[in-house]
Amino acid sequence: MDSRTPGLYIHIPFCLSKCHYCDFYSSTSISAIPDFLGALFKEIKMVGGRFNSFDTVYIGGGTPSLLSPRELENILASVRENFHLISDPEITIETNPADLNRSFLGSIRGSGINRINVGVQSFDENVLGFLGRRHSVKQAFSAVEASRKAGFDKVGLDLIYGVPDQDIDSWLNTLRQALVLSPEHISCYQLTLEPKTPLGRRYRAGELTVPGEKLQYQFFMKTSEFLEDAGYIHYEVSNFARKEEHASRHNQKYWDHSPFLGLGPSAHSFLWNRRWWNYRSIDRYLASINAGKLPVEETETLSMEQLRLEALYLGLRTKKGIFLRGFKNRYHYDLLTEKKKILGRLEEEGFISVEDGCLHPTKTGLAIADSLSLI
Amino acid sequence: MKNIRNFSIIAHIDHGKSTLADRFIQHAGLVNERNFKDQILDNMDIERERGITIKSQAVALPYHASDGEDYILNLIDTPGHVDFSYEVSRSLASCEGVLLLIDAAQGVQAQTIANLYLAMENNLEIIPVINKIDLQTADVERVIEQIDTELGLDPFSCLKCSAKEGIGIEEILEAIVKRIPPPKGDPEAPLAALIFDAHYDPFRGTVIHCRVFDGTVKSGDIIRFMSNQATYKVEEVGRFLLSRQKCEKLSAGEVGYIFAGVKTVSDTHIGDTITLDDRPCDKSLPGFKEFKPVVFSSIYPIAPEDYEDLAVALEKYKLNDAAFVYQKDSSIALGQGFRCGFLGLLHLEIVQERVEREYDLSIILSVPSVRYRFTLKDGSIIFVDNPAHYPDPASIEKGEEPYIRATLFMPERYLGAVMKLCMEKRGEDSKLNYLGPGRVELTYVMPLAEVIYDFYDRFKSITQGYGSFDYEVLDYRESTLVLVDILVNGEKVDALSQIVHRDQARPRALRACERLKEEIPRQMFKVAIQGAIGSEIIARTTISPFRKDVTAKCYGGDITRKRKLLEKQKKGKKRMKTIGLVSIPQSAFLAVLKSDTDN
Repeated sequence: MDSRTPGLYIHIPFCLSKCHYCDFYSSTSISAIPDFLGALFKEIKMVGGRFNSFDTVYIGGGTPSLLSPRELENILASVRENFHLISDPEITIETNPADLNRSFLGSIRGSGINRINVGVQSFDENVLGFLGRRHSVKQAFSAVEASRKAGFDKVGLDLIYGVPDQDIDSWLNTLRQALVLSPEHISCYQLTLEPKTPLGRRYRAGELTVPGEKLQYQFFMKTSEFLEDAGYIHYEVSNFARKEEHASRHNQKYWDHSPFLGLGPSAHSFLWNRRWWNYRSIDRYLASINAGKLPVEETETLSMEQLRLEALYLGLRTKKGIFLRGFKNRYHYDLLTEKKKILGRLEEEGFISVEDGCLHPTKTGLAIADSLSLI
Repeated sequence: MKNIRNFSIIAHIDHGKSTLADRFIQHAGLVNERNFKDQILDNMDIERERGITIKSQAVALPYHASDGEDYILNLIDTPGHVDFSYEVSRSLASCEGVLLLIDAAQGVQAQTIANLYLAMENNLEIIPVINKIDLQTADVERVIEQIDTELGLDPFSCLKCSAKEGIGIEEILEAIVKRIPPPKGDPEAPLAALIFDAHYDPFRGTVIHCRVFDGTVKSGDIIRFMSNQATYKVEEVGRFLLSRQKCEKLSAGEVGYIFAGVKTVSDTHIGDTITLDDRPCDKSLPGFKEFKPVVFSSIYPIAPEDYEDLAVALEKYKLNDAAFVYQKDSSIALGQGFRCGFLGLLHLEIVQERVEREYDLSIILSVPSVRYRFTLKDGSIIFVDNPAHYPDPASIEKGEEPYIRATLFMPERYLGAVMKLCMEKRGEDSKLNYLGPGRVELTYVMPLAEVIYDFYDRFKSITQGYGSFDYEVLDYRESTLVLVDILVNGEKVDALSQIVHRDQARPRALRACERLKEEIPRQMFKVAIQGAIGSEIIARTTISPFRKDVTAKCYGGDITRKRKLLEKQKKGKKRMKTIGLVSIPQSAFLAVLKSDTDN
């Protein structure tokens, strides 16, 4: 039996403008926000019962900072009304630096949001322009400073590397600037060119050159070394925390098969061996809810083998790795016995280590976590 | 019987045999223009695609001759390639005469002569026919001279035609009636019919193709196979008129088919004699010239669960290809399979393609080998055609390999390059013969193993297609042989082992290593690919590992998508063979095999 407490994700599917690399679901028709919120409140009510208590809430998007403090407060109030939030919940919001001013930040801090992720992406104006961000480097600085002043003691920065024509030095410059702000959390994502994005299309048209595997590896290793030297813990492929307690509690749930509930268009949910997801369309989401039905587009039931594969590739993304006894109990598979030979070889090659009953990826192991999971 | 003629067309490949057969069929009115397609007797896809005839085909052509009589001309089509001379031999045993077809531009070629000898051995009437006389490059006078000097046939007996343009067809049909003797034999004597082909019909079972020499067979008769004394009741007899046509009986001199409820394919032996159970003939008809397989390779199913299907497919295939032999085999790398013997490399390719197409199986073949002879220190002699059975090197007194005499025809201008190729292939004892202005015949004695290793393709490419080639197996000669193993991360891949001459060991091993390097995807760790003789490493390549493949972000909405991708990869990996912890795709095995056949 899994006794881990579920997490709650709320997807706010609106943006003022679409960034060139992003393939998350969002719409720029912000006039639909009131209708959406009305539906979201209904969804919260409809879903109640299946999940009762959460210890994390993550408001993502889209751009949740487009909402007013009042609207955000109403969402949280509705959550508290319909679910049980256990004491000291982690409540995170994703934000765009351009939206963050003192009064907004003060209000949302007051409504219980205690962790803020600032979508800085880069401290290089050229890169920001290339990515299609609607804020400047200066705004990023002032947004973080304002967050501090509003009382946020868990500030996270999101950054992107591996942008075409970027070299390692210019990326390390961005990291240096980030460190000036002493964030509690840093996410460093390698740019992925998703097919249905403007950058993906430019790439297919042959207009962009992306770093080769060798350079990607250097980016990855340099990033890790640089932030570890600055005292950060590289706790997941793309995530760094200043201290253990600064790691994202909410995201950890995705990586260890904990249950989570997703609300809003395109949001995914997971419980035991089932995963389901909402319509990736505001219109269909609204139509379904207004017809009194949960806006679920599809549900999948995972076989033990599928669960096992997921647990492997998700677990191997994290520094703490896979607790072998737990894995055996939950997925009925003794990795150590079944995969003895290949694990021995991978340990010899320095990709993994087995310590304290856990299978950990090393840093070079993290870089090939996808392949490690195919053993 | 006096109005039956049984004949074949024999020719070098591409000299227009199938086109001439098409004209005969059209002339006989067996198909109308609408239903006609080129190379109508080549009804296997693979024959049409490659433009060659592989299987013998029989067709009965009704013909009203100038003497006012109606005749049945049984045409038995034959293949032209060197690998398939056994098919020619089978066809000729059912005939009284042949048309020897010669291309007016290319003249006499290696297979023209080889087929002529086969016809002479069978005491057949030979009618030389010069084809393609409409070509701009046709040199009819020169070909007539060749017929005289190179073939030793009467130059005045030859006919001229263009099968493509339909010129001279009537004259040929007349000559068949006038010059080829009617079959002999006594319809009242005890039945003696020769099985010259057989195939499997999913609805009727085994279809036996036979030529009746004496006696008569009809439905209801109880027949007996002379080789195994098995008896069957005849359900139906008939003739081949493009498709099967049922008839009342088959009598001495006739060619046709028999259905007798023969369920087990292996009960029918090509070359066997059929007689009647209650009135048997004294002795079997002379069988065919025996052809021995000279090239060996193992066939494995790509999916191990297809093994049983492969077994059934090979049994059925064997019925239709008397020269193909096989037995069970197994490999650590590739699982359960069959060791097979072939008449040559083209035969091997044809078998591979036909088994894949006709039985819808994906198969893989190991590196082809010849049959080696080893004398061991204890005085015993063993034959080894499978590298897996290579004896302990310490126990070998002497190794020998089969040698052939290769006969090569070509325009003189290619002589230098061809001689160089033959020397490289360990050719010796060369003889040069000037056949006429600008044309030479070159013979070499060389190891058969060298010929099965990319010789034919390179020869064709050097001579730009103008060269022709034939060979006969001579004897075994002493040779310095070694067993080359291929190792992946220190583990031997048994299916890739090869027996080779010491001098060829290094280049061959290196080539195999390089091919594998191209085909094996990069892995998480460095992969060493080595060629070795025993414990001595003679060639090496390495595949560098990949360093980064992890996706950047993986949250709630990404998990299913990512899992699906990984599942797909996992499935692909399952289809690979894992050796030394390295996943080796089937394409890697094929690539190493290819280095042995392609250039």
